[in-house]
Amino acid sequence: MISSTSETILSIKDLHASVEDQEILHGVNLSVKEGEIHAIMGRNGSGKSTLSKVIAGHPSYKVLSGSIQFKGTNILELEPEERARIGIFLGFQYPVEIPGVNNLEFLRVATNSRRKELLKSELDTFEFEDLVKERLKIVEMDPAFLERSVNEGFSGGEKKRNEILQMALLEPVISILDETDSGLDIDALRIVASGINKLSQPNSATILITHYQRLLNEITPDFVHIMADGKIIKTGNNELAIDLEKSGYDFIGKNTKDKETAK
Amino acid sequence: MKSSTICQKWLKSLPPTQGYLKKEQSIGREFLLQQGMPTKKDEAWRLSNLNRLNSFLSLPTIIDSEDIKSNFTYTFPKKDENRERIIINPSKNPILDINLPNGIEKLNNREIEENLGKIVKSSNVKNDFSVSLNQASSPEILALKIKQNLNQSLEIVIPSIEGKSISTRIFLLIEEGAKLDLLQIFLGNNNSAQNHLIEIKLESKVELTHGLISLGEDKESSSICTLAVEQLEKSKYSLHSIHHGWDYARFEPRIIQSKGDASTIIKGLQVTKSKEQIATHSLIRFEGPNGKLDQLQKAVASEYSHCIFNGSIAVPQKAQKTEAAQLSRNLLLSKRARIDSKPELEIVADDVTCTHGATVSQLQEEELFYLLSRGIDNEHANSLLLKGYYDEVISNFPKSARKWNFIEKVIPNIKK
Repeated sequence: MISSTSETILSIKDLHASVEDQEILHGVNLSVKEGEIHAIMGRNGSGKSTLSKVIAGHPSYKVLSGSIQFKGTNILELEPEERARIGIFLGFQYPVEIPGVNNLEFLRVATNSRRKELLKSELDTFEFEDLVKERLKIVEMDPAFLERSVNEGFSGGEKKRNEILQMALLEPVISILDETDSGLDIDALRIVASGINKLSQPNSATILITHYQRLLNEITPDFVHIMADGKIIKTGNNELAIDLEKSGYDFIGKNTKDKETAK
Repeated sequence: MKSSTICQKWLKSLPPTQGYLKKEQSIGREFLLQQGMPTKKDEAWRLSNLNRLNSFLSLPTIIDSEDIKSNFTYTFPKKDENRERIIINPSKNPILDINLPNGIEKLNNREIEENLGKIVKSSNVKNDFSVSLNQASSPEILALKIKQNLNQSLEIVIPSIEGKSISTRIFLLIEEGAKLDLLQIFLGNNNSAQNHLIEIKLESKVELTHGLISLGEDKESSSICTLAVEQLEKSKYSLHSIHHGWDYARFEPRIIQSKGDASTIIKGLQVTKSKEQIATHSLIRFEGPNGKLDQLQKAVASEYSHCIFNGSIAVPQKAQKTEAAQLSRNLLLSKRARIDSKPELEIVADDVTCTHGATVSQLQEEELFYLLSRGIDNEHANSLLLKGYYDEVISNFPKSARKWNFIEKVIPNIKK
């Protein structure tokens, strides 16, 4: 789906960011174009999740320097809800449980916020129910989950399906899916992955953050980036993920150490 | 003016003792004359804003029909088809002039005399100011019995009158095996006060679902309500209450399981803003074995407001095998708001399960971020979270109670 005329959706340049006064990202560079699927892999603590939170605008994370542009607009000035409305979607590693807030109502309010931005009409309860029923099929989710509180008491797999359902409803321009595969059994992984594949559009892009190659057997990325110590240290194609699966992260560790020694 | 002077002046302003509550009126007035107003030294009133209590007493209590005409401006939502509505409208003989459905009857004078004041007295509260205030000034009583083994729904609405203080007294006798779905609505008004004393007796095998919606709304409105409930064995009582919008409100539910072996569920919510103070002082006592209690008290305080919860549970030696759980959950929405929560468990029996807990928190940042990250604006996200927080209490009200718009009132910014 990539063509030479594809527009750049996301452009991150020399991004430094901290949480609780500790610098986690030490100069991330990343460019994502329409139609592309990127995978970011790396050990725990390498900064993958931090990067996703910074892009989504989590208030606990502070950008120290560098820039993030979305279709040419500097998004660091935007509130999280404004980023979401223009089409940035973060699939949470640990979707938050919100007791007492009805899932269906939450999905409707969120969908209407995005539709307003797209100058589409807001959906009333009945119209929305039709839409959500259709989108539920993408993730093979039981409609009973709509009547429950947001993510409350959902299993790991159900939470992740609910995330992809939100992606299906919000129709984002770029989806950053943070360890969407974690906690999923093989069947659930296939359903979720097939949902993500179905939702891929020529004018949208996806960033998959993952530890393991197994998700990448289901969704073939165009680029694989390896993160370590708050930076992208290696970029390649899907072969890189396969190599990584064979030899583990140690070989990166050695490389980084080599680099440091060379300095 | 000194509080004792205000109290004396208020007592003088009352009409002479009269009617079948004459004796009660004398008892209440005598108490107030002797004791005066509560002070900060009274533990139960230590945190109370006593200045507001004084202004509570400074409003005139005599109500003539002119006041009713000019100030009684409420429009009530349509009543449910299957729920009889009683509006306590303090005009001429308000309480005696009501229509009752089959199966609900007024108590006769002898029955009133046999029962009156007994339940509240058995709650053994020392220096019972709230009750004395009501005894001293209540001119009438609404005393009803729900006949054996019947299933009834009732709505009792008590509005306030601008610039006036009103006192109402209610006694309900629910006979063996009966079921009652009771909804009570208290409404405030500008510069008004209302004081209620409600006594309810649940005979054995009775089921009472009691919803209490107490909305002050306007400026300078005050409310004091004492609710004394006696439960006989195998009875089930569930109380769900919301207090909101009162400048000053104090709610004292007192439940006595007089033989144990009964079930009590209490879910209360108080929501304060601006400089309001709303307090709940609950007391649950088990006078026999095998009693059960599930109590949840939630408070949400914003701006400069103050929420108070004091929860007493008494489990004497004879109340073995009691299972009681109390949880106080509180949400502080502003740095200047204040919440006081105090459990008071007095457990003598040794073979019991009693748990209690209290939490104070702010709206969860991660929950808020999750909603924001889906494009929901900050105000709406906060409203959704608040609604979620209230849900444990609100979801217990019958659906038809929604017509009183209490959800919109406790969540002013919620969008449809």
